Amino acid sequence: MDRTWNNKAWFMVLPVLVLVAFSALIPLMTVVNYSVQDTFGNNQFFWAGTEWFEEILHSDRFWQAMGRNLIFSAIILAIEVPLGIFVALNMPRSGWGVPVCLVLMALPLLIPWNVVGTIWQVFGRSDIGLLGYYVNAIGIDYNYVRDPIDAWVTVIIMDIWHWTSLVVLLCYAGLVSIPEAYYQAAKIDGASRWAVFRYIQLPKMNRVLLIAVLLRFMDSFMIYTEPFVVTGGGPGNSTTFLSIDLVKIALGQFDLGPAAAMSIVYFLIVLLLSWVFYTVMTNYDAER
Amino acid sequence: MNLSWMAWTLPTAIFFATIFALLVGMAVWEYVSPGGNPRVGILRFETTRGDRLFVSLLGSAYIHLAWLGLVGPSLWWALALSVVYAIGVFRYV
Repeated sequence: MDRTWNNKAWFMVLPVLVLVAFSALIPLMTVVNYSVQDTFGNNQFFWAGTEWFEEILHSDRFWQAMGRNLIFSAIILAIEVPLGIFVALNMPRSGWGVPVCLVLMALPLLIPWNVVGTIWQVFGRSDIGLLGYYVNAIGIDYNYVRDPIDAWVTVIIMDIWHWTSLVVLLCYAGLVSIPEAYYQAAKIDGASRWAVFRYIQLPKMNRVLLIAVLLRFMDSFMIYTEPFVVTGGGPGNSTTFLSIDLVKIALGQFDLGPAAAMSIVYFLIVLLLSWVFYTVMTNYDAER
Repeated sequence: MNLSWMAWTLPTAIFFATIFALLVGMAVWEYVSPGGNPRVGILRFETTRGDRLFVSLLGSAYIHLAWLGLVGPSLWWALALSVVYAIGVFRYV
């Protein structure tokens, strides 16, 4: 059969290409240009070569922020993905409970990130916050402003509260798409609850889980607003993640060259890890 | 149109022109030989030409960063290593 070529399709994708060019490619090119130069403002640039990259790669501050970011993302994925699956499995599939649960799950996702940060900043305060006050009242010394572990716990719980719903909604969408015949066949075979989950529900959720893991990894690895509003990166640098450090360098110190070099290294790490996640999960799916 | 805010330099312009030329080259290759030449290589999963170019470029970026961090600012050897790596990826992955 002759191959059909339809060159009009190129015109259909042209608007997307233009949009991506302005929103991603041109800014990325500018960052690359900045990363090899130094500037003192007023559009005056001086060639610096690879100096900023060397500075970043030899900087303890960068690697410590990177370590904190990786630990944060690992904790977030380890909690939010299983919790999201668990909640989705226990949500009703019919009746009035469905819209109620869906609305409740969607609510945290509708709140702007800086508002979430502000809510938790007040919520966690030991003097006026509901959480902070009662946690201290039961004898636990909790103060996220003073104690790094308390700050981490607050930021992690805040992220779980904000984003587990996304995993739940994606998993729920995967679960409701499973035909009833699968469950009936499992019932006839006398399959246990675990077997139904392992061999029917989990494989059918695989694609939505891929999206959930990718989105949650990228979001948690690039997290900025919520921890910045709650802890400001402190106490000390204990919750200073890469994005917070990046903004401090770029806007606080106006070191655009080092900030651009750091952005590129940061971008390459996100790109590599996302590619690894994507490749592993899609190939696992294909093998099955 | 004033593009001074983009702070272009000759080396970065050459860098992006090379990437653009690679993409054009891949498009021409695809036109001449459609289908992307999918195959299973040493990584034991299917890759197309586009996948192999992506792996080559991403790996080259890491080779350059590793060279800068571990060896020094002269990147010619890193570039040579990246070319060898890319050939390896296109041959075996």
